[in-house]
Amino acid sequence: MARNGGVAWMRTTEKIDGYDLSTSDTEEVHVLAVDDSLVDRKVIERLLRIFSCKVTAVDSGRRALQYLGLDEEIQKKETNGFDGLKVDLIITDYCMPGMTGYELLKKVKESSAFREIPVVIMSSENVIARIDRCLEEGAEDFIVKPVKLSDVKRIIDYTTTELREGEQREGARAKRRGINKRKQREGDDDLSSSPPSTLSSSTSSSPSSSIQSATAPSSPSTLDSPTRRLKMTSSE
Amino acid sequence: MDLVQLQRQLVDYRTSLYHEGFLDEQFTQLQSLQDENNPDFVVEVVSLFFEDSERLLNELSKALEQQVIDFKRMDAQVHQLKGSSSSIGAHRVQKLCIVFRNYCEAQNVEGCLKCLQQVKHEYGIIKTKLESMFQLEQQILNAGGSIPV
Repeated sequence: MARNGGVAWMRTTEKIDGYDLSTSDTEEVHVLAVDDSLVDRKVIERLLRIFSCKVTAVDSGRRALQYLGLDEEIQKKETNGFDGLKVDLIITDYCMPGMTGYELLKKVKESSAFREIPVVIMSSENVIARIDRCLEEGAEDFIVKPVKLSDVKRIIDYTTTELREGEQREGARAKRRGINKRKQREGDDDLSSSPPSTLSSSTSSSPSSSIQSATAPSSPSTLDSPTRRLKMTSSE
Repeated sequence: MDLVQLQRQLVDYRTSLYHEGFLDEQFTQLQSLQDENNPDFVVEVVSLFFEDSERLLNELSKALEQQVIDFKRMDAQVHQLKGSSSSIGAHRVQKLCIVFRNYCEAQNVEGCLKCLQQVKHEYGIIKTKLESMFQLEQQILNAGGSIPV
């Protein structure tokens, strides 16, 4: 597994409740937690931090979209402050005033930039129809509140596995891209006028800099977006 | 009272809170999230719960004094109270909220009024008990001891 030596590893030897939390081969997962309840935000934040996650907690779906840059009314500016704070996982309450967690889920899954981010729904109501609806809309998992350590562990384990596998796929693709660089250059001319997207493939995390060096320097970072792949093959 | 007695008193007190249904396993979960680096976690969460609950109970009281009662809004507020009490393991308060919500749904004013009184009562009890427990913990820490698990 190729690893970027520049990434800082989080090492912790905390042992809580029998869970061995030494994360010597796990990267920091950045979680966007969404809940209108202050009590629940505090609890979920602590639960996530125990697993060495970086946490951004917001109190509404609207604010979550703003943070991601998906809010139609407020365009997120590309400031230095948000650089590198890519979201690896969204965990959201279902019942919230204004925008529900379900509506947030839909907005995320409808966006080409963020649809790959796993979204987990939390709800105090264990209603099968609700759970099914969320899963059908693309939710990764559904946690019945109150949230426990074991719930969060399951989610984080899953997410870090996905990230690691995503990196492996990225690494393999990067190798292939390096070989096919000459063929791709024609395809790049078509795409140079399209606006650059804000995110690279969401399955890669911070070591993406090592992967981007294998790509053509002028191209936007979303080499793996389905639409781009389609354009490249049609121009060849 | 010496340290060992204090510690024993705390364990007994805590156990009774579980046995009498004031607290449930979610409170234990919260305690397990506390460590040397986050020594005040439980107190902090519970304090947030107190603030939140008092605000909601006030709003519910006001809502029931109105000429036209907004049951939908009340239901949303009781839902919030149910959620936060569940998150800290305040078992009795949570259970009462479920009943309260049923009365809201049925738009039963009398039922809501009665329930509100009961919730206020139970909330008062759990607040007093948790504060006593925290005081006991502080006494133990001040005496140089550690809080038994």
